[in-house]
Amino acid sequence: MSIEEIQEQIIDEMDLFEDWTDKYEYIIELGKSLKTIAEDKKIDSNKIKGCQSNVWLDANFTDGKVAFTADSDALIVKGLVSLVLKVFSNQTPQDIINANLDFIEKTGLSQHLAQTRSNGLLSMVKQIKFYAMAYSVQGTKS
Amino acid sequence: MPFTEIEIQKIREDFPVLLEKVNGKPLVYFDNAATTQKPKQVVAAIESYYYSSNANIHRGIHHLAEKATASFEATRKALKEFINAAHEEEIIFTRGVTEGINLVANSFGKAFIHKGDEIIISTMEHHSNIVPWQMLCEEKGAILKVIPITDAGEIIFEEYLKLLSPNTKLVAVVHASNALGTINPVAEIIQHAHAVGAKVLIDGAQSASHLEIDVQAMDCDFFAISAHKLYGPTGVGILYGKKALLEAMPPYQGGGEMIKEVTFEKTTYNELPYKFEAGTPNIADVIAFKAAIDYINKLGKKAIAAYEHELLTYATAQLLTIEGLKIIGTAQHKVSVASFVIEGIHHQDLAIILDQQGIAIRTGHHCTQPLMHRLGILGTSRASFSFYNTKAEIDALMVALNKAVKMLR
Ligand SMILES: Cc1ncc(COP(=O)(O)O)c(C=O)c1O
Repeated sequence: MSIEEIQEQIIDEMDLFEDWTDKYEYIIELGKSLKTIAEDKKIDSNKIKGCQSNVWLDANFTDGKVAFTADSDALIVKGLVSLVLKVFSNQTPQDIINANLDFIEKTGLSQHLAQTRSNGLLSMVKQIKFYAMAYSVQGTKS
Repeated sequence: MPFTEIEIQKIREDFPVLLEKVNGKPLVYFDNAATTQKPKQVVAAIESYYYSSNANIHRGIHHLAEKATASFEATRKALKEFINAAHEEEIIFTRGVTEGINLVANSFGKAFIHKGDEIIISTMEHHSNIVPWQMLCEEKGAILKVIPITDAGEIIFEEYLKLLSPNTKLVAVVHASNALGTINPVAEIIQHAHAVGAKVLIDGAQSASHLEIDVQAMDCDFFAISAHKLYGPTGVGILYGKKALLEAMPPYQGGGEMIKEVTFEKTTYNELPYKFEAGTPNIADVIAFKAAIDYINKLGKKAIAAYEHELLTYATAQLLTIEGLKIIGTAQHKVSVASFVIEGIHHQDLAIILDQQGIAIRTGHHCTQPLMHRLGILGTSRASFSFYNTKAEIDALMVALNKAVKMLR
């Protein structure tokens, strides 16, 4: 599926929830079931420091696609991280670079999360794009 | 002695923000240690100043200038009485505790701290009472020493005594900890510091709203307060300093107001307190600060402390019913701060789920990272109570907290 289609799917899913409890329970479930980053990748150079919680992000470039793994020490952030990975993982560097990430806003999640916390996610998205850019340069060279 | 339910309801009417709805639920505001809400009287004082007496102070001869100056100086007098200072000119207006501490670090530090001198702070200090001293020590080649604490969050007094020496020039400690609630034995701390000839600064950010403050009985050399934690406006505070000491200190900032005479060759400085108040101050908020002090005085510190203690005791007992919850800060004497961690649950998740239910608490390191490090935790969740809070609100917190725990486990 394309990045666009995955985002559409997430937005549709989120629309099904009538109240915040269900929505957050869903995100918490996603957080709990996120296949986390390998312990040896949970290092400072992979860490995105937030004000209250941290995110670790690692990337792998194989067969022209970037696979991301990630983790967070807080559960709700981890759930959101899981959604971000769903959108970006196993896409080509070019698609990642060109993607317009709008599902966070369209699902009303940014509204539910105060500025600083959303910003933590935004720095993760920025980091994802950096990886994609690095790999796209690598891709053209080889 | 504490307030009746009817009295609390009347008090709450003075704080319109308490009627706000958050995510469709009534706001429960338990972040009072970060900043308190403002009563109508304080907002009215700001409005009244701008509408009927706005003028620059101390310099004008006209009616408005005199009116504004009188109101401004009335706040100084009210604060002198509030902390029982000996003289009005011992009250210096600042932007808040942080600026007060920086003033002392820069002015007192410049004149009286030298290479090899020692400054003592405690493990539970707010970053505002750590960083200015680190900067000063770095500049002067002085040494920063830290009083250790127990697991309960109390200063280990024998260890403090061991740190004191003729090299100690300053002791800077918090009166009441914002992260733990601990009330420190400041009078004893001061007495022993004075015995070795050191001066003492007390960070009164958290104590001024809860405890009766008597700087003469305490015998501190400096005491810093922020108005915004005292039901007053943001951007205003005071630094109290003993007169003789303030007189011996060089000015902090240069500019208008703090001078007596300026020539290009030499400037002579104004007398206290103006020597330390360069530039046009935050006149409106200083004036409104008095309305906050009047409000507190009307309720009475004794009644406030007794009621808040009741809330703290109730909240602590309720919180402990949650499985895996641990209170962080179990000192014998505490202000109304309940800090806690819950096993297996990240404080950020807790804050998000509570916020969905209209409940405002604070989570994280509370600007006390070295303290969190000492306690071996990344942060806590903190509910801090004011006289306008109620047991019913604590019950609402418990419902919300139980729901959050259920969702997050
Ligand atoms: C114990 C303590 N000290 C200092 C400060 C700093 O106060 P302000 O930010 O008002 O200068 C605070 C405020 O959080 C505090 O709680």
